[in-house]
Amino acid sequence: MMADLAFVWTGIKAGWWREIRAYFATPLAYLFLAIFLFTLGAFTWDVAGFFDTGAADLTPFFTWHPWLYLLFMPALAMRLWAEESLSGTQELLLSLPVSLPGLVIGKLLAAWSVAGLALVLTFPWWISVNYLGPADNSSIALSYAMSWIMAGAYLSLGSMMSALTRSAVIAFVLGVLGAFALTAAGWPVVTTPVAQLFGLSAAETLAAFSFLTHFETAQRGVLEVGSLFYFLSVISLMIALNTILVLYRRRSGR
Amino acid sequence: MLRVDSLTKCFDSGAAVSAVSFEVSKGEVVGFLGKNGAGKSTTMRMICGVLDPDAGDARLQGRSILTDRHQAQRLIGYLPEGAPLYQDMNPLDYLAFLGACHGLARHALRHAMDRAIADTRIGDVAHRRVASLSKGYRRRVALAGALLTDPPFLLLDEPMDGLDPVQKQAMRALIRRMSAEKGILISTHTLEDVATMCSRALIIDEGRLIADLTPEDLARKHPEGLEAAFIELISTPQAGRS
Repeated sequence: MMADLAFVWTGIKAGWWREIRAYFATPLAYLFLAIFLFTLGAFTWDVAGFFDTGAADLTPFFTWHPWLYLLFMPALAMRLWAEESLSGTQELLLSLPVSLPGLVIGKLLAAWSVAGLALVLTFPWWISVNYLGPADNSSIALSYAMSWIMAGAYLSLGSMMSALTRSAVIAFVLGVLGAFALTAAGWPVVTTPVAQLFGLSAAETLAAFSFLTHFETAQRGVLEVGSLFYFLSVISLMIALNTILVLYRRRSGR
Repeated sequence: MLRVDSLTKCFDSGAAVSAVSFEVSKGEVVGFLGKNGAGKSTTMRMICGVLDPDAGDARLQGRSILTDRHQAQRLIGYLPEGAPLYQDMNPLDYLAFLGACHGLARHALRHAMDRAIADTRIGDVAHRRVASLSKGYRRRVALAGALLTDPPFLLLDEPMDGLDPVQKQAMRALIRRMSAEKGILISTHTLEDVATMCSRALIIDEGRLIADLTPEDLARKHPEGLEAAFIELISTPQAGRS
């Protein structure tokens, strides 16, 4: 048992290290960070009207997180497993004495670290808010933490999709589709017609699976344990599915 | 001892490997011969735990690749066909990554890397990105990875592919030098390699092992020597074999 845990831990470390190097050895991470920060800034400033709210809070900033993650997180996760298969390095990886769940978790954590770095680099918004007036920094910290955990849920979905195919582009498209479904389920554009057609309870059930619904309280700085539990459950489920897909690759030789 | 017991694998296209059994002991260099698609790589992949067999098992020093996978994998150095590498890494990063996967501590890793780099003579490109290396160098970097932990068993899938004659000679010398301490299984298309390096030849055709003999015995099967004997063996229809 202890030996098994040691192989899992080795897998996590090796997977994380490999992917962090891959992100920063190529322009990928830098490009991701630059475009993400620019887009988030543009949306917060222009579309949400950061200065128009008249309040020193970051709600207009956090509102956009799920919608941007929907596109950006699949981009970050798309190559995690697809590329291993395409380049043949999976052959090498599977021959090493490390546990597969460990590798899956390690790779996910690497992408999650880059997402975390992106969030850290949004600190000028936090400074601006504090400059504008007295801000509730503990609420802001909670919103940040929840946003990061939600990013992990999007990434785990993207990583799982990446294990479905040899093509990073297809993995991206599948990741965006999956992420859209999980986000839009709580969007009024979707819930309103569902409520009209199938009744309110159907719409509520659907919305209960939406990242939007679960992030809503957090973006106002309120912790809802159920939502935290929901995101962590999604991540665990995706890690399990991801592992099963890689096991299937070992079974089928693809 | 590496003991392969009735390994079997079927793909959608049919049986790739059918009940292949053999053994490789320490001190042996075993040549694994066969046409393209005969089942050489599939067999090697199953021994390394890259591919799950449908039936059968491979045991390395008694450890099953099915039930004691990671401990068995620690005993193998594997050079996959085509020597795949992470293109964005340099050889030092690559070896350090493999060392991390094997759980080597810093000091042991440094020692292992120095030895593998010296053995495969890649010191002059150790800081260059893999993507910029020639095919011969890439193969040697991949071999350095297989040798990193000084494992008791080496599985080399076409190690000579892409090497120039000088590099081939160096590779043969390296394999001969290591052979006293290890059990080595090499798949190859070059019968010359079998004559110069191997103590035994396994011949596989259509997923079945059809011969297990010394290179001398193989050469004696045909007046024109090794190559003619090999071609004759794999050209005999399955039904005509005893």
